[in-house]
Amino acid sequence: MHERVTALELAIKKAREKKEILLMTHIVLGYPNFDDSLRVVEDMVNAGVDLMELQIPFSEPMADGPVILRANAEALKGGATVEKSFEVAERLTREFDIPFLFMTYYNILYCQGINAFVDRCKAIGIQGCIVPDLPPSEGEEYLDAMHAAQLSPVHIFTPNTPESRMRHLSDNSSGMIYCVARKGVTGKDTAFSEDITNYLSLCKSTTELPLAVGFGVKSKEDIDYLRGKVDIAVVGSETIRVMEQDGVGAVKGFIETLVT
Amino acid sequence: MKNSGYYSQFGGAFIPEILVPTFDELESAYLAAREDESFWQEYLDIMSTYSCRATPISRLDNLTEQLGGAAIYVKREDLNHTGAHKANNVMGQGLLTKRMGKKRVIAETGAGQHGVATATMAAKFGFDCTIYMGAHDVARQRPNVFWMEQMGATVVAVTEGSQTLKDAINEAFRDWVSNMDDTHYVLGTACGPHPFPEMVTWFQSIIGTEARAQMLERNGKLPARVYACVGGGSNAMGIFSGFFDDKEVELVGVEAGGRGRGPGQHAARLAYDDATVGVAQGYKTYFLQDRDGQMQDTHSVSAGLDYVGVSPILSYLHESKQVRFEAASDVDVVAAMQKTVRNEGLIPALESSHAFAQAYAEAPSMSPDEDILINMSGRADKDIFTVADAVDDPKWRQFIIDKAKEYSEGMTNA
Repeated sequence: MHERVTALELAIKKAREKKEILLMTHIVLGYPNFDDSLRVVEDMVNAGVDLMELQIPFSEPMADGPVILRANAEALKGGATVEKSFEVAERLTREFDIPFLFMTYYNILYCQGINAFVDRCKAIGIQGCIVPDLPPSEGEEYLDAMHAAQLSPVHIFTPNTPESRMRHLSDNSSGMIYCVARKGVTGKDTAFSEDITNYLSLCKSTTELPLAVGFGVKSKEDIDYLRGKVDIAVVGSETIRVMEQDGVGAVKGFIETLVT
Repeated sequence: MKNSGYYSQFGGAFIPEILVPTFDELESAYLAAREDESFWQEYLDIMSTYSCRATPISRLDNLTEQLGGAAIYVKREDLNHTGAHKANNVMGQGLLTKRMGKKRVIAETGAGQHGVATATMAAKFGFDCTIYMGAHDVARQRPNVFWMEQMGATVVAVTEGSQTLKDAINEAFRDWVSNMDDTHYVLGTACGPHPFPEMVTWFQSIIGTEARAQMLERNGKLPARVYACVGGGSNAMGIFSGFFDDKEVELVGVEAGGRGRGPGQHAARLAYDDATVGVAQGYKTYFLQDRDGQMQDTHSVSAGLDYVGVSPILSYLHESKQVRFEAASDVDVVAAMQKTVRNEGLIPALESSHAFAQAYAEAPSMSPDEDILINMSGRADKDIFTVADAVDDPKWRQFIIDKAKEYSEGMTNA
């Protein structure tokens, strides 16, 4: 066992005792508004989601594709702020007994002050953070603060990450590793095939942390493919797409099709 | 990935994990090129045979006399092929792209100058080319879009965000994270993640190296002040880098003062107090952002200066007081441009006209024994629609009305 076991990692391992694969979903806080964010989370949890990523909107979401990009822009247009995102996140962690992570870009942390941001995460019960534009080499202050608070900084593996760098990223992570299934941005299709299997076994060989797989995961078939290969399937853009097409009320039904 | 590329606290490489190997490859190729004298020789050859280097220095005889005070000289980057200093950077990165064995280039563009320059380089070197341009800029810079498309580039109008330069940069990165294997991103200015600020400055330093030698040769002394407009900052870094060791030369960066101080009214990151330090688009610098770190809208009469961030190297030079920053208003910029056209027959781009406006404001209070040097980063052909509106030229308007009529009749008959 590695030395930095966090509450997030323990929660994932405990949930895995009962389920072969866990489901993590992603919402953009304040999109379409904060009331709907609360309702969507409630529906998702009731439908059987095991963990959630809460994205704090940013005006320049460089790593996100069109769906999440637009959700960020709309949330900001609707008046979303970092303060409101914290307040809603605090309600969510109080009301629902699943792990919540923040996903956002580094400038959000930087402008709050890294230590202040991490302290606030700790205070409101957020268990980890995914910051896609912050490689460990730039994130010393953040990593120190997260580790000191026993929170989980989650780093990302990609199909072109060399094995040595995977180990380096794992050494700087806690809780879990987020493996992106392919190149590109969020919200585009991924062909789940042999290539991915090889990539995932490489990922697994470089870390003791639980593995989550995201980018293009959107159906029960995709999740079935990942079953037995990783710990967590991440459905991100697709739930936002369902919400946009069929309304907030349709999210619950969609999640149920994934977990049955 | 090395933790390098810092200028005091500014710079860095805040990049998505998927691009880490690509940046490692780029940094290695760049460092190898710097070590290899034949690379710079090849670069100089191509710049003197395909573009127009060395570009001359012109003395503004009439305006020097009219304004009184310092003698005014202009470094003629407008005489580069495609009409701006952008050629210096794209040809350099084109040679690097060839060395890396990549077959496709992508670029962002604001005013369109960098897009045209990249499309030109791609046509010459036989690369596929996609240019990302904010939809707002596509609308105000149609002539440049026309030429990019003529040269075989695909121009993508970016409808996200403020539809200007920063949004075009985000879209270019989104392309790159999918296509990095065969694609090089020709970033157009001395911004973005390391090694771009340093690499683009290196290619643009050809301006300052020439200008310093030319001023010395011509006048036997260095200019008292050097003026350059600052959008991302590449033309400024280019000309300034010739004078960093000359303590007696004051370097003046001129930003877009737009309609004046206040959020959304300008694009002056360093001259005004509206910007704060942040991290976006892969690097740390002063950004025009709100307290949460959300980027704000910017405004400038010139598309090329309409940008939220600024070269991290210039942020450092600002804090260390090695460069003085000023802002020129839209109104003063258009007036400076007209004055230059009327009195000297030079046609500075609206971007470059910022530097002219500041120089004209300061020259009269200087001594006639002093020389000043303005970097004319580009020419204004591309700005003809904006300029014609700004000077409210009735004959131009009639021409457009007639032309539109001709086209719409053509469409009806077709």
